[in-house]
Amino acid sequence: MERLTDRAALGAYRERCKQRGGLLKRQILVCCGTGCMSGGSLDVYDRLKRVLEDKNLPVAVNLELEPHGDMIHMKKCGCHGFCEMGVLIRIEPQGFLYTKVKVEDVEEIVEKTIIAGEHIERLAYKTGGETYKKQDEIPFYRRQTRSVLEHCGHIDATTIEDYLAVGGYTAFEKALFEMTPEGIIAELTAANLRGRGGAGFPAGRKWATVRAQAEPQKYIVCNGDEGDPGAFMDRSVMEGDPHRMIEGMLIGALATGADSGYIYVRAEYPLAVSRLEGAIRDLEKTGLLGERILGTDFSLNLKINRGAGAFVCGEGSALNASIEGKRGMPKVSPPLYAERGLFDKPTLLNNVETFANVPRVIEKGAGEFLKVGPAVSPGTKAFALTGNIANTGLIEVPMGTPLRNVIFDIGGGMRDGKDFKAVQIGGPSGGCLTPKHLDLPLDFDSLKKAGAMIGSGGLVVMDSDTCMVEVARFFMNFTQNESCGKCVPCREGTRRMRDILERIVAGEGEDGDIELLLELSDTISATALCGLGKTAVQPVLSTITYFREEYEAHIYDKRCPAGVCTKLKTIAIDPIKCRGCTKCSKVCPVEAISGVVKTPFVIDSAKCIKCGACIETCPFGAILMGSPETATNPVEDMQ
Amino acid sequence: MSKSKLEPNVLEEIMAKTGTAESSVIAILQGVQEHYRYLPREVFGYIAARLGIGVARLYSVATFYENFSLEPKGRYVLRVCDGTACHVRKSIPILTRLRAELGLSEATPTTEDLRFTLETVSCLGACGLAPVLTVNDKVYPAMTPEKASELLSSLKEEE
Repeated sequence: MERLTDRAALGAYRERCKQRGGLLKRQILVCCGTGCMSGGSLDVYDRLKRVLEDKNLPVAVNLELEPHGDMIHMKKCGCHGFCEMGVLIRIEPQGFLYTKVKVEDVEEIVEKTIIAGEHIERLAYKTGGETYKKQDEIPFYRRQTRSVLEHCGHIDATTIEDYLAVGGYTAFEKALFEMTPEGIIAELTAANLRGRGGAGFPAGRKWATVRAQAEPQKYIVCNGDEGDPGAFMDRSVMEGDPHRMIEGMLIGALATGADSGYIYVRAEYPLAVSRLEGAIRDLEKTGLLGERILGTDFSLNLKINRGAGAFVCGEGSALNASIEGKRGMPKVSPPLYAERGLFDKPTLLNNVETFANVPRVIEKGAGEFLKVGPAVSPGTKAFALTGNIANTGLIEVPMGTPLRNVIFDIGGGMRDGKDFKAVQIGGPSGGCLTPKHLDLPLDFDSLKKAGAMIGSGGLVVMDSDTCMVEVARFFMNFTQNESCGKCVPCREGTRRMRDILERIVAGEGEDGDIELLLELSDTISATALCGLGKTAVQPVLSTITYFREEYEAHIYDKRCPAGVCTKLKTIAIDPIKCRGCTKCSKVCPVEAISGVVKTPFVIDSAKCIKCGACIETCPFGAILMGSPETATNPVEDMQ
Repeated sequence: MSKSKLEPNVLEEIMAKTGTAESSVIAILQGVQEHYRYLPREVFGYIAARLGIGVARLYSVATFYENFSLEPKGRYVLRVCDGTACHVRKSIPILTRLRAELGLSEATPTTEDLRFTLETVSCLGACGLAPVLTVNDKVYPAMTPEKASELLSSLKEEE
């Protein structure tokens, strides 16, 4: 690694990395994101390296040294996005994508593909009777527009050389030597880049506010506290392309006049922390971070703060308190965070994906950025596609892409052929969308109108076996746990709402509960101080709006239409089908089943814990689980 | 267990890395927790004095954040992810099974012999592999109650 003291040195080093990267046509890219690593990708990587070396095939693990064209470039790259299929390996120049790779497959991969150039069919991705050799051909990828994630899964996330080889830090170089701070902000404003953290606030306006402050000491903070359950876009960027985000921060600091910055990462992302630490170390060594960067007057020092497990710290002022070493409790705004943020100084706070969008805007210009997505929210958005969907993983599409395309074209529809029921978007602050919203464009404003929000981009897909009241209870329980306790309406109100929802799913709901939930929602959202409290009621509101009949079924009929809520389930034996074989009574863990051999058995519902063990054991399919009326009268039900 | 938890050299080593500014409180407590696997009450007075802040300030932080524990944790910390994605792919039956096998509950998360701690976590960001659980930060993907039970048996044998 070289110490770069001026612009020419950076340009020369980048060129050298590009040349070396260009020489190395043969590449093996092993996905080393959290998903694939838990599937053993590091073992696969090590084994590959050993087998190659044993066969005397020259290996290059980074571009620091002078490689030669015959070498095989092995990369530990970030998340490919197709976590379901991990461990993923891509082999260049053929572009083969191998899925579910195990250590035992390594020998064959080296023999057949690396040495002989052949494709191994059994490791390829298959769907709908087709085999896909190359990554780009797979429908999951083909229908995406990867911009922020363009390097994720393509470059080695652990070396700065790989980022430079794909033109890294070109935007920062341009901003530093060719643009004024005002010019940078004007470009961002023209591009109408909106914050990807949830609210969609225009980044240019925020940057301008920070810049305009008279106070000379300013800070820059990157919010990597991606706390929404079911969201991992930012994690993937931090793990897979950490330099891109840091380049965005460098440009932000340059434009606003900050010389000190923090990256706040949640503690649950240890890999992201170590990748960022590595990136910062490399940058300090090369001189792209620190004092007088590239011989200019611009200085920036970055520090990583690990969160300690508090969802509310994703909120600006709470995150702030946490960096200051305090309880993460939000403060009243105004003053705006941009005016008086960290240590009471003007602070630029954006999230990971927002910063990762910046280099492209600066390098290619606002005009290019505006070509994708609608003018009111241009660009792309990364989403985490999870839940009961066929293809779970990380995706990126133009803003405004209809939900249908995301769920059915890219996501491959529902798992196990079930029906699509709802998608929860925006985490605990968002809402549910239903089949009637499938043609809704995914952008900030359209979703807001439908009572949901884009949030950070978690899409949890739910099938017909999901109980929406239970989902509402789940989210309320989450926000109740995470309420910091500062404001009474949120602290006490979320608890009351959770209690009511718990009663409803237990079959103890009463007439008036829905109205009470609505009234509490109204009060909490009107009186809570921060975003967590204000939006905590959204999952309840949207499920009442779109699935009111499910609430009513629980409350008035004591029935869970999806058959999820345990306390509303009954298990009964069909006396016509039962042969009295005694298997069920033997497997029952609580001795709730009794009877005389060869005559129909009965279940004592007072003892039954609804574990379902008897249903699996019964050889005659005589035991049924369902809501009271269907289960107790199986014969009648058939008519 | 009779050994005092106050080891000034350990604390000094941690603070040498984090600094002793008031804003380092969380980083210091994280360092302490990494060393002891929880926050022993004995260390609070020492750290507070070194930072020149009240003990109450330290406790206010230690009790606010989910990751800090004032109770000793087990050698194996099992965390069942109950984020939305894991939840809709049935993570609760996994938790129920593990609790039953370890004789633990929400109120008693750690076994008496300090071998196992069982808790939930709101999201590990490994939603593509749901439902997941972690054992001391190692992620185990696509779990079922049966697989979790097997994992637990293998951990018990490891000792």
